Amino acid sequence: MNPRTDRRTFRNVSRRELLKLTPVVALGAFAIPKLQVPLLKIGLRFSDWASARLFRTGHLAPTFQDSDLAPFEKFPVNDYDVDDPGIDLDKWTLTVTGAVQTPGTYTLAQIQALPKVRQNTRHVCVEGWDVIGRFGGARLSDFLHMIGADPTARFVTVECADDYYESLDFATATHPQTLLCYEMYDQLLTREHGAPLRLQIPTKIGYKQAKYLTHLKVAHVLDRVGYWEDQGYSEYYGL
Amino acid sequence: MATRATAVDDVKAEEVAEAVYEHPFVIRLCHWVNAVSLFVMVGSGLQIFRAFPSFGAKNPQRDLINWPKSLALGGWLGGALQWHLTFMWIYMGTGLLYLAYQIFSGHYRRVLFVRRDIRGVWPVVRHYFFFGPKPPLRETYNPLQKHAYTSAIALGVLSVLTGLAIWKPIQFSWLAWLMGGFHWARLWHFLIMWALLAFVFGHLVMVVLHGWNNFVSMLTGWKKDPENHVE
Repeated sequence: MNPRTDRRTFRNVSRRELLKLTPVVALGAFAIPKLQVPLLKIGLRFSDWASARLFRTGHLAPTFQDSDLAPFEKFPVNDYDVDDPGIDLDKWTLTVTGAVQTPGTYTLAQIQALPKVRQNTRHVCVEGWDVIGRFGGARLSDFLHMIGADPTARFVTVECADDYYESLDFATATHPQTLLCYEMYDQLLTREHGAPLRLQIPTKIGYKQAKYLTHLKVAHVLDRVGYWEDQGYSEYYGL
Repeated sequence: MATRATAVDDVKAEEVAEAVYEHPFVIRLCHWVNAVSLFVMVGSGLQIFRAFPSFGAKNPQRDLINWPKSLALGGWLGGALQWHLTFMWIYMGTGLLYLAYQIFSGHYRRVLFVRRDIRGVWPVVRHYFFFGPKPPLRETYNPLQKHAYTSAIALGVLSVLTGLAIWKPIQFSWLAWLMGGFHWARLWHFLIMWALLAFVFGHLVMVVLHGWNNFVSMLTGWKKDPENHVE
């Protein structure tokens, strides 16, 4: 396409062409504090919506050789409050409520009686670091089956001994690599890593993988999403 | 008297005698939306980087640099992620619109650096950096310029691909694999940002050197008194 030369009323043409660019000014809405918050919320919602669409149960997280593992003592300990909320491990039970056939309390032995899965997967933190670790536990899907969870439910929520709380979409909760984790590196969970039971979800970002679980609920609606999500982080954050 | 001649007579002495329509509307729109979104992506990206300014292990953590908060956007990690995850759609959208327009309009021939342009790069470099003679311009853009624009477009595509590999390392595991896994994709994403910033720096220097009429042409499409007019 050759540039064409025009010798007529340059100024008017220029003004008209410049005005065509006014849609760009609309981006300035992001600079207005009153509009900024809702606009960014819409953007985050859209990203979460797209994330849920991109999720495929058949897309398994890569698993790694034992030689790829970070040494256990180098596996970072991250928490929002305390390393050890002081759970009495002998008396601990998991309280199950919500859309299930058999609500009530479940012991660690009952969870350990389910088929055990061991997997070397990558843990990705929202801060940007990642670490490959070895995790063991029961599939959350097996546990949901045992408690007779309503398959039409949309969420699984958990509460923790340190007042942390989280929620999971049902598709991720029933993903074959999503674990109720009670082991790391073939040893029972240590207190700083969430003893006696935590979530381990290779297809989710780290903050979804709550430690020190005490309550689990199968829900159709959420009254709150998660500790970090309710402060403005992505609600879905699937990898 | 012919209409055309009348039109020429209407032009006042201080006004334009000649102008070239250089930048079609879609290109200008994409250029400015992309300029804003790249600014937001870099600013929020640096704030995200501040949460873990390292490319090594978390434990023990060795920070690469303490990037100043004043040179970042979003205020905190969660805020920066909101900006990043919102503007990435705008960034990708204008990128796709730009590429589609370039391909279907045939306009890409003006900016795509191809093999026969290789010969022409050195004379331009010699002119800009070593006071060599100015090589004659045979096309709209000189070979070095075409190289810069083509590189910038490639970097833009790579910034999206490396970003997707970080955001969805499992759903786009093949992308992450191509980059050496999630961990290295994050480093590539960071390096590509700096390469893009290097382009932006060179681009802005050239905009200043080439003056007002050249700058205005990216706003109105029309370049007044073009210095290198190629029919």
